[in-house]
Amino acid sequence: MFSQLTEAIDFHGKALVVRAERQRVIASNIANADTPGYAARDLNFKDNMTRALGQDAALPAAQGTTNQRHIPLATRGGELGAASRLGYTVQAQPAMDNNSVDLNHERGNFVDNAVRYESTLRFINSHAKTILSAIQGQ
Amino acid sequence: MSMFSIFGVSGSAISAQSQRLNVVASNLANADAVAGPDGKTYKSRQVVFETVPMGSAAAAGVKVRDVRESDAPERRVFDPTHPSADAEGYVAHSNVNPVEEMVNMISASRSYQNNVEVMNTTKTLLLKTLQMGQ
Repeated sequence: MFSQLTEAIDFHGKALVVRAERQRVIASNIANADTPGYAARDLNFKDNMTRALGQDAALPAAQGTTNQRHIPLATRGGELGAASRLGYTVQAQPAMDNNSVDLNHERGNFVDNAVRYESTLRFINSHAKTILSAIQGQ
Repeated sequence: MSMFSIFGVSGSAISAQSQRLNVVASNLANADAVAGPDGKTYKSRQVVFETVPMGSAAAAGVKVRDVRESDAPERRVFDPTHPSADAEGYVAHSNVNPVEEMVNMISASRSYQNNVEVMNTTKTLLLKTLQMGQ
């Protein structure tokens, strides 16, 4: 019975972890905006959220594979563990130093991700308040 | 908390950009320097950035790998009355290009500002996370 109350918080908690991870990836891109040869990374929120919820089967084959039963290429995950997969951003215009960071794009992504992180936080907060008032019955 | 490493990443970028700004300052300061007693002029310096992995694939910081001296030819100015003039009357100045250095300076300061803003946003988010459930 109680798990029904906390299920929604659990969902948003997982979303918060994926958002934090993406925030970190975008911060790394902004930090390396002037590093020659750096390839900008990004994290597909939808895919990583599906993995965090344990619904991997619904996903298309992983990077480097063409079939679900292939063993995917080794990828180093961050806080999300080996399940998280980082992709590479599509370069908008070529650069002389082979750096693929588009700073305007990254700044937009950073603000977008920060707002979504905050909204997830508010969902958690309001849900916790709802449960507390239900428990107290006041 | 994975977001704490953002401070390490952006901090390394800020330190690298401030080193770049330092190099630009010394280049601009020596833009008009002539050859010293050893006959060598000041060579323009440039920093070379390199990515540093910080724990996981998601966190990538920056460091200055090298400070290189430019191979551009020195600027020769005809001034026979100058004490440092050679036999043909030319004075060798440093090979610093002030326009390039100003552009470099603006680029470094913009990158610095970007990273400061990233740290501010992260701090706000972390503080709000601390207040969760209150």
